[in-house]
Amino acid sequence: MSSSASVNYLNEFKGIKSWLFTLDHKRIGVMYLFGVMISFLLGGVFAVVIRLELLNPGMDFITADTYNQMFTLHGAVMIFLFIIPAIPAALGNFVLPLMIGAKDVAFPRLNLASWYIYVIGAVFALYSIVAGAVDTGWTFYAPYSTTTSTSVISMTLGAFTLGFSSIFTGVNFIATVHKLRTPGMTWFKMPLMVWALYATAVIQILATPVLGITLVLLILERAFGIGIFDAAMGGDPVLFQHFFWFYSHPAVYIMVLPGMGIISELIATFSQKKIFGYKLIAYSSMAIALISFLVWGHHMFTSGQSELASVVFSFLTFFVGIPSGVKMFNWMATMYKGRIKLDSPMLWAMSFMFLFAIGGFTGIMLGAISIDIHMHDTYFVVAHFHYTMMGGTVIAFFGGLHYWWPKIWGRMYNETLAKISVFLVFIGFNMTFFTQFFLGSQGMPRRYYNYLDKFQPLHAFSSYGSWVLAAGFVLMAYYLIHSLYKGEKAPNNPWGALSLEWQTQSPPVHHNFEGEVVLDHDPYDYDTRMVIDDKLIKK
Amino acid sequence: MTENVHSHHHILPLSLYFTIAGILFVLTGITVGVSYYDFGSFNIVVALTIAVIKGSLVALYFMHLRYDNKLYGAILVLSLVFLSIFIGLTMIDTLYRGEIQPIEGSVINENAIIYEQNK
Repeated sequence: MSSSASVNYLNEFKGIKSWLFTLDHKRIGVMYLFGVMISFLLGGVFAVVIRLELLNPGMDFITADTYNQMFTLHGAVMIFLFIIPAIPAALGNFVLPLMIGAKDVAFPRLNLASWYIYVIGAVFALYSIVAGAVDTGWTFYAPYSTTTSTSVISMTLGAFTLGFSSIFTGVNFIATVHKLRTPGMTWFKMPLMVWALYATAVIQILATPVLGITLVLLILERAFGIGIFDAAMGGDPVLFQHFFWFYSHPAVYIMVLPGMGIISELIATFSQKKIFGYKLIAYSSMAIALISFLVWGHHMFTSGQSELASVVFSFLTFFVGIPSGVKMFNWMATMYKGRIKLDSPMLWAMSFMFLFAIGGFTGIMLGAISIDIHMHDTYFVVAHFHYTMMGGTVIAFFGGLHYWWPKIWGRMYNETLAKISVFLVFIGFNMTFFTQFFLGSQGMPRRYYNYLDKFQPLHAFSSYGSWVLAAGFVLMAYYLIHSLYKGEKAPNNPWGALSLEWQTQSPPVHHNFEGEVVLDHDPYDYDTRMVIDDKLIKK
Repeated sequence: MTENVHSHHHILPLSLYFTIAGILFVLTGITVGVSYYDFGSFNIVVALTIAVIKGSLVALYFMHLRYDNKLYGAILVLSLVFLSIFIGLTMIDTLYRGEIQPIEGSVINENAIIYEQNK
């Protein structure tokens, strides 16, 4: 046990320079965490503004044009600045080397560079908000994006730049997983979070360049009128959608796969039971990564793409349900007869399973062409998307944040407030978005500023939900920040977990582990190992 | 680092390079030759087949892929597979854009309310 005055990565070097020039993956992870939380706040404010405006039909307090900008900025900021880097770049950066017993990632300088590129991309995005916020929606569909007078170029340049940050992280993680595992850690002894981050990295490297090219083509189209997306010049606006979704569909798995990795860790740790179907969970991550490249056309059933293409994409889409289902059932089987501890990270994990199941099932519904043509561009799609991305990824992210918080900062947060926060977020989320399934199925189109009077009660209920949701997050911000200053000192292994990051002190030392890392057990050997007072003992 | 690179370095006889170069010239000649014939929709298949053979020769011998770690070859093939998925699935749309399936179903109940209203 280390004393309270122990040297760790947070206090070994001091001053702003020691942060800005750090090559320590933990500090870079923390800097990413800072960036993504600010982005989450920004995107969240946009979301609350949108819901506030939708409280009543007609104008409440912002104009229709401002409203268009608000939902675009909400989407673009949440996707490109928050949700894509949130788990891999912030939490993943911190825990990946620790989990495999490494001192750092394979390319520490590339890691720091990726953070600076992230910041540069964020600056472009923020500039575009000031300079005439984009009103195209986060998808930047041509031909509107090539003709609107708002600052599309700076926003897409921002997204283009952020893509490089994402690729750098992916390259780094793949090399790290291949080369830096501690002796004895074979592929099937890696924690499932590492598998998930690895699968994510593969998608980041394969898909992100296509987004880069697409956005460059869009910029060229706007700036020089090259005509590739302009039907009048022999181009094809639907081609933009193909290009865009070839990245952006796999991108939703960039977002959700690491979330699933976190859930695997949480479920096993808080059930104190060997994870059920380890290999299948690992393989299903890779399967999701591969299938994700074959289904993008399901975003385009009503775009005018050929009927044949729609049929092929619809057919392929259903395959995604299989590996996702494999994970769900394995998590449930892990919990079955486990010694379940309902600490706040586990509550996040259980919220995830509930919400992601709804998101997944409605995804299968929307993958069927006949239903999609009816539901397309309605609130049903908005609700489905938020159930997978927010109910899935964001909830998993906060589960992971609560789980590793004691490791990152060496402090415990107030558990009672944490439980209240999960409760508020869960209730608020369902109030906000379950309502939107009804709105959508009754024909309320997405992205509309005004609506028929008959939709008002449901819209109002959804907006009230957004306040409950916001209250949950404000409470979370309060107790997490409070814990940094006044929090109880965290033990090295507060949850009794077996993976390697819990075998070092909280917060870890600069090089992660003191001395050699000894690996004599699998990450989920709960039937033969247990942790009492930070000590790993054999049963 | 240098030592590592050196141990993988594979020196090929000069004659092999010239042989490959010769084959490339011949294939270029064939490309020009076949351009005088019209194979209809197979024009592009013929041209691309020759181009793929040439590209593979360059990658395998001039770029030493054949003697390098198999991982690099796998990565090259994988990226080509993904490119073909990208272009292939997109072409399922662009090639068949206008084609619409004929309606094959028939009305189950002509007296249903939905048809009553139209009468």
